[in-house]
Amino acid sequence: MPVPVVDYVGLSAVMFFIGVAGVVVRRNPLVMLMSIELMFNAANLLFIAYARSWVANAGQVFAFLVITVAAAEAAIALAIVVTTFRSERHVDVDDIRLLRG
Amino acid sequence: MIAFWGLAAVIVASAVWTISASKPVYSVVALLLNFAALAAMYMTLSAEFLAVMQIIVYSGAILILFVFVIALLSSGVAPFSMGPNRLPRIGIPAAIILIGALGFLGRGALTQRDTIVSGNATSTLGPVGTANVFGSVADFGRALFTVHLLPFEITALILMVAVIGVVLLAGDRGPFVPTRQHADRVERANREAILRGGD
Repeated sequence: MPVPVVDYVGLSAVMFFIGVAGVVVRRNPLVMLMSIELMFNAANLLFIAYARSWVANAGQVFAFLVITVAAAEAAIALAIVVTTFRSERHVDVDDIRLLRG
Repeated sequence: MIAFWGLAAVIVASAVWTISASKPVYSVVALLLNFAALAAMYMTLSAEFLAVMQIIVYSGAILILFVFVIALLSSGVAPFSMGPNRLPRIGIPAAIILIGALGFLGRGALTQRDTIVSGNATSTLGPVGTANVFGSVADFGRALFTVHLLPFEITALILMVAVIGVVLLAGDRGPFVPTRQHADRVERANREAILRGGD
């Protein structure tokens, strides 16, 4: 039973906007990072769906690149969270003014 | 078809659970479920290598990193609070409206009727070697190491930069990060020094 690509586009859009809602609504940096991961994965799903639809490897290779960028981003952002927590002792992005200059 | 809608339901439900959980650990568990369902969906899209990478890199590395950080922060002096939610009554309906509008517009704009049939397609890279089925590990690897070699090497550079950055940021001998308490202490010491009549 074939699935239209539009359905994958819709699923990806729903996932992406759930991630956007997470970044907008939550104030915990860890949950915000997880929402960013959700957005990365929505983009990946779209890459892979269109790679399959057009039988082209480039989409899969770029999804691989996105996974790498997501890993690097998560590592650095979590390091920033740990460093901030060491000096500020609480985790709420509204109260973090250290980087404001 | 049934697999797609079942997996899509799991993906959306776990994504909503991720952003609405009361504790960060619950968010991690929901995200794990989300990534597992996505990996299954990648398998149906004949992206075998990426499905395995999804499990190994996302569920195995990134989420464990999240769990470690949560455990590290929770073991401190101050209890690890979630912090208040901003505008939950406005943000969530706004997000739902955005999703609905986007879906409506997308349905109208995307008039193409490309369909994805389950099963294997022939790769565009041609029959080199034995496995030339699209999305197989051999096919993906051949594409990665021949046509798309430059993105692969840029990947190595990105990981190198990330490793160096994390060591600089969170390592023991990291750069001096002035805190507000430290600045206050320095300022108070200076003021006392001035009051004592020192230079």
